[in-house]
Amino acid sequence: MTKSELIEKLAQRANGINLKVAEVVVNTVFQSMKDALVRGDRIEIRGFGSIKVKHYASYMGRNPKTGETIKVPPKKLPFFKVGKELKQRVDLKPSERGERKP
Amino acid sequence: MTKADIVNQVYEKVGFSKRESAEVVDLVFEIIKETLERSENVKISGFGSFIVREKRARRGRNPQTGEEIQITPRRVLTFRPSTVLRKAMNSSP
Repeated sequence: MTKSELIEKLAQRANGINLKVAEVVVNTVFQSMKDALVRGDRIEIRGFGSIKVKHYASYMGRNPKTGETIKVPPKKLPFFKVGKELKQRVDLKPSERGERKP
Repeated sequence: MTKADIVNQVYEKVGFSKRESAEVVDLVFEIIKETLERSENVKISGFGSFIVREKRARRGRNPQTGEEIQITPRRVLTFRPSTVLRKAMNSSP
């Protein structure tokens, strides 16, 4: 599912919301989450999961192709941790366990 | 940031009541959860992708007792941030 498909689904399921409004809603949700991560904030959505910002220090790395030593600058990356409810919903149903080919 | 902050943003931008804003934000996450539950990935351009991965059964060890155990096959959810998000997070030090 892409963002535009999510927008279409939302417009179908929410009462009295057209495509244009659904688009603004979905964009606002993800823009505000993005803004939070840019500020370095942690996000927590109950029943869904949380995203926290991890800080990585600078280190000396190597270009594997040329063997050249380069300084990798410090960076921040988002880490998602799935919430309990969603974790269970995504995992295999009891009826599916053991029936799947390894 | 919690869902209440997202609801507030929607409230300010869209002109719904607080209650309508809360309902529509809940619905956004519910649609995403239902999609992931069907093992379908969700890709939000400019933000990132939520990806369902199939994990095979493997042998593991209880780190406390050292006892060998079988880890059952399972499905897990991972998140891959988009390049746009990674760049935005690293542009202002």
